[in-house]
Amino acid sequence: MIKKSEKHRFSSPTVLEKSPSGIAGLDEITEGGLPKGRPTLICGGAGCGKTLFGMQFLVKGITEYNEPGVFMSFEEPTEDLEKNMISLGFDIKKLAAQKKLKIDHVMVERSEIEETGEYDLEGLFIRLGHAIDSIGAKRVVLDTIESLFAGLTNTSILRAELRRLFHWLKHKGVTAIITGERGESSFTRQGLEEYVSDCVILLDFRVIDQISTRRLRIVKYRGSTHGTNEYPFLIDEQGVSVFPITSLRLDHEVSDKIVSTGIKKLDDMFSRGGYFQGSSILISGTAGTAKTTLASYFAQETCQRGGKTLFFAFEESPNQLIRNMSSIGIDLKAYVDKGLLQIHSSRPTLYGLEMHLLTLNKLIKDFKPKSVIIDPISNLVSIGNEREVSSFLVRLIDLLKVNNITALFTSLTQQNINAFNEQTEESISSLVDTWITVRDVEGIGERNRGLFILKARGMGHSNQVREFLIKDEGIDLLELEIGPEGMLTGSARGEFQKTQSVQKLRKQKQVESKDREIERKRKILDANIHAMQTEFESVVEELNKLEIEEQELKKKIPSPLKSKKR
Amino acid sequence: MRTGGIYRFKLFVTGMSITSVRAIENIKRICEKYIPNNYELEIIDIHKNPTTLTEYDIIACPTLVKLSPGDLKKMLGDLSNEDKVLSGLGILKEGRERNIN
Repeated sequence: MIKKSEKHRFSSPTVLEKSPSGIAGLDEITEGGLPKGRPTLICGGAGCGKTLFGMQFLVKGITEYNEPGVFMSFEEPTEDLEKNMISLGFDIKKLAAQKKLKIDHVMVERSEIEETGEYDLEGLFIRLGHAIDSIGAKRVVLDTIESLFAGLTNTSILRAELRRLFHWLKHKGVTAIITGERGESSFTRQGLEEYVSDCVILLDFRVIDQISTRRLRIVKYRGSTHGTNEYPFLIDEQGVSVFPITSLRLDHEVSDKIVSTGIKKLDDMFSRGGYFQGSSILISGTAGTAKTTLASYFAQETCQRGGKTLFFAFEESPNQLIRNMSSIGIDLKAYVDKGLLQIHSSRPTLYGLEMHLLTLNKLIKDFKPKSVIIDPISNLVSIGNEREVSSFLVRLIDLLKVNNITALFTSLTQQNINAFNEQTEESISSLVDTWITVRDVEGIGERNRGLFILKARGMGHSNQVREFLIKDEGIDLLELEIGPEGMLTGSARGEFQKTQSVQKLRKQKQVESKDREIERKRKILDANIHAMQTEFESVVEELNKLEIEEQELKKKIPSPLKSKKR
Repeated sequence: MRTGGIYRFKLFVTGMSITSVRAIENIKRICEKYIPNNYELEIIDIHKNPTTLTEYDIIACPTLVKLSPGDLKKMLGDLSNEDKVLSGLGILKEGRERNIN
């Protein structure tokens, strides 16, 4: 869709004026639309969307740019066209009733025609001219004018008349689309590109490895620059949309806002407490390591904050995902019902990578999510080679970043090759901002889950390998437990903890018994002291006794010295 | 082939262009020669009646439309190839039969 400011760029007389095509994305490739007032040739094989392309050009011309249009069908009758287009959301009957659209079905039935001499196609000119004038049409589609070659045998007259027709259309100043069936050696069977030489768009419907992709290429655009790549395009209930992949640039704004991972303890492992808004996160791991669960936590977190989440499940159906997540206490259904969460399930092989990208792009435009989850991205490898996958991922991540959408990818890795699947990992590792790895920690007859952060751009993060458990109430990250031989998990952790507590108990017992022994010793000591004291006291007592006896004896015997004095 | 009905024609022309004039002359001559008094011919200038073009699904000019008898038939061109015109209109056979008899 063209913006107003861009429109002005083309309004200077020196530059070719363009008419917005109304086909999402095409105007970006053509830098403004189809050449105004000139015919454009759209060629392609059967079933590649030529008619729809033309019809969308007219319908959007009416509804969005107020330019009435004439559709001259050489193949499908008007009723069929009406039916076909209503299924794609175009109510052409209504537009016809409003005199904005005129459909003229030209049927050339070979069996009822006899050519009896010279003639011209003035009838066609007048019909078309009348249709254009009656509604003041600015746009014209001729679909597929080559059918005339099947009905009329005199090709030299036809060719001359077609040449005249295209000149006449130019002279009329209408922007025209002429569709043509793809020829074997030329763009169209009858070489219409010779006559319509201003702009030629080639549509293609290719099947590679059983996966079909519609592609579009601008072969020629006289007087204008244009994208030269092959662009995938999508036909869905809203018509045709083209995804101009090369128009993505790495100049998006970055956010400093942090969003939670949905798990408190995991948040704590990041120094800023979560992921950056608009960053891309990869959760890689081997089978059954709860990648989807971690992704669901993030989805829940986004929804709780009131942001929309787009969940692409390449392995599970929405109902299966909802059921499985409810078993650990994540109620995704509530968010689906509220319209905050959209789960899209499809097999990756349903269509090509480009188509996946295109679908994503459309959904992002329509749904405007805050977070996008792709589970798992590694499944896409099955439908493309390495180069395709990496270019797909680059564009996908750019697309999400430009829209400031936090993207969470999960990736299944192989257990044996260094725990990394080379294809996805290599191509994605430089693109993602945060990389969390979940893996099995195997030993002593059991497997346990370990989680660690490989990188987190723009913030510090824990270097620990944390064991986590999935319980009925959700994920629980356990504290790190280091034993004599490294990190301990599962029952080894339990065993270790048990041994430790036994040791503690034993030590306590030892201390207690020592205490008791000392107490005993003290008691013995006390007893000894007491005994000795008693002994001492008895000795002292004996001595005293002797002293007293001696004194009494002395009293009985008079002193000789005393009598001499008298 | 003969249903005994009257031949009804519409001839679509563009004004007085050379081929148109030639076509008018040719059809008149053929009709007078093979089916005199058994035909109705309406000449329509498509410039003046553009809506009839859609009605009869006309793209080329001149075009002669045979409405009856039998199936609808369109003759493109100036009708200068008399054999083709006659076989296309289902007249030739009848004329030959007449000659043989």
